[in-house]
Amino acid sequence: MNSREKILREIAANKPMKLQIPSLPVSPIDVERFVKVQKFRTILEGIGGKVVEVKDTGEIESALMALKGEGSKVACLCPVVGEGNVVVTPKQSAAELEAIDTAFITASFGVAENGAVWLYESQFVNRLLPFICQHLVILLDADAVLSDMHEAYRCIEVNKEGYGLFLAGPSKTADIEQSLVIGAHGARSTTVYLLDPNKQ
Amino acid sequence: MEPMAALSHSKAAAAFIADEKRTDWHDETLWFVREKRDRAAHTVTEWENLRQLASDIKDHTLSDLDHYLSVFEQRAIQNGIRVHWAADALEHNAIIHGIIRDHKVKRIVKSKSMLTEECHLNDYLISQGIEVVDTDLGERIVQFRNEAPSHIVLPAIHLKKEDVSATFHEHLQTEKGNNDPQYLTEAARQHLRDKFIQSELAITGVNFAIAETGGFVVCTNEGNADMGAHAAAIHIACMGIEKIIPRSADLGVFLRLLARSATGQPITTYSSHFHRPREGQEMHIVIVDNGRTRQLGRPDFRNSLKCIRCAACFNTCPVYRKSGGHSYHNAVAGPIGAILSPNIDMKKNADLPFASTLCGSCSNVCPVKIDIHNQLWKWRQVLAEAGHTGKSKTIAMKIMDIVLSNPAVYRVSGKAGRWFMRIFPALFKSKRFNPWYKQREMPDPPRDSFRDWYLKNKK
Repeated sequence: MNSREKILREIAANKPMKLQIPSLPVSPIDVERFVKVQKFRTILEGIGGKVVEVKDTGEIESALMALKGEGSKVACLCPVVGEGNVVVTPKQSAAELEAIDTAFITASFGVAENGAVWLYESQFVNRLLPFICQHLVILLDADAVLSDMHEAYRCIEVNKEGYGLFLAGPSKTADIEQSLVIGAHGARSTTVYLLDPNKQ
Repeated sequence: MEPMAALSHSKAAAAFIADEKRTDWHDETLWFVREKRDRAAHTVTEWENLRQLASDIKDHTLSDLDHYLSVFEQRAIQNGIRVHWAADALEHNAIIHGIIRDHKVKRIVKSKSMLTEECHLNDYLISQGIEVVDTDLGERIVQFRNEAPSHIVLPAIHLKKEDVSATFHEHLQTEKGNNDPQYLTEAARQHLRDKFIQSELAITGVNFAIAETGGFVVCTNEGNADMGAHAAAIHIACMGIEKIIPRSADLGVFLRLLARSATGQPITTYSSHFHRPREGQEMHIVIVDNGRTRQLGRPDFRNSLKCIRCAACFNTCPVYRKSGGHSYHNAVAGPIGAILSPNIDMKKNADLPFASTLCGSCSNVCPVKIDIHNQLWKWRQVLAEAGHTGKSKTIAMKIMDIVLSNPAVYRVSGKAGRWFMRIFPALFKSKRFNPWYKQREMPDPPRDSFRDWYLKNKK
């Protein structure tokens, strides 16, 4: 008998009586959009992220232009914003992507309770990109800010693509005597542009 | 480093607390993390319901574990992931070694995985001439120092920045005496970035494996698991059988609880969902038993398998805070370690369930409602019956049994004891002869017992 069979047999012999699976919460914690956006902003800023609320992509386009202008290596995967000056393909190695300074990526959803955004692999093309760049710029529709993780899992399809993630703010660590340091191995900064055409 | 015959918890703890100032510092630091957890938990009005939900999901899963593991395997294979099963630590290590050997790789990075610590993977691979770079900052620090991690979430919590500075000066040539955490982290970033870019094989843990979709989730703040996994041509993920959860929607519950319980954050920076290897990559998952099926068969202790490795119990435990993780001589220390480890080796870990005041704080903070303090007490019964409690303790208990269950013996012993304390105070106020006196004041011996007084004075 191989290990697989041994383990499954042991489990069958040792497991307790079958218990019911519980059902999950269905009502979002927050429903009002302005509440969700406000919470998203407060929490994300609290964990070291930056949030900029904009009416249109103008400001983001300018930011992109400015970065290109100063000679930064920029990858832009948001067609509405413009083009970067580096190309990103799925097969590029870490060595090829290593020099990218800033990456612009569109997110599918935001989560108000924790300031996270959900990104599907296709939105950043190469799995390394959100981690290997020095700075991350995220585009998110204000409409796409969800209330909480339960709502998020109702809206996303985790296996739609081979990889996806919740990303909340810049990378960090407190491993050295509990002192918070922003910028561990992933991005040193994360800026989320919240796009709201109805914004005053 | 080799797993050596370890000091008992009480001896190791005695050494730890000999440095009172450092113990106070360690205590305060861990309590600070507990406070962060409290603040985060209090922002979630339905926190207690969430704990119950998580507990119920895990209880349900354990009651159908073989089914969920089979489904997970089937779907993972459909996703293009290669699934391996390891009955014990040795097999786990051999499987990983086999993959490394088959691909003839040399540059290996590993992110935090308590399972690989439990299996002593690094030591095993070193004995085979293979080096692995631990990429979690805390783990890299202790790896440089040839120490074990002392906490499952904060591996280097026992170290001060001066210690880290000295270690980095030695291994990374950072400025001597520069203790700035920012500076030191930057040095580690540059050093490890190079390792990521060069890596050929990445080993990660698994926070949650999803039966419904055949995928798994890895949570980090640093991004190190992903840097390795997405750079390397081979990704090996290691999981204990108990990491399975039924549905992807269940992740909503666990991801709301995990980081808040662990560090007081609403969520870790990265919660990566892996389903299929990237094109051209090989993705493996190793499913490990190593005593878990045995624990599953223990009705009193099986729900310790619900653990999501948040370490909230460590941070609140007054004994852990004041004795440090190394005193527990196991990969997983603290209260949860004390109820998991005796299952793995009863003799070696018999001291751990006694490293507790049974205050119950651990059970209070556990996000999946493991009744840790009850299990600590129950393990004591099991260990005593199996003969693993020290001879002196057994004898002392037997004497107490005789004295406390015989009123006449009790009265005579009391009288003799009071007389002895009056005539030979030096013996009782001696730390050498009276262990009770080591950390406590002795009362002054009264002339009469309460019974004597009562008989004289009752009206």
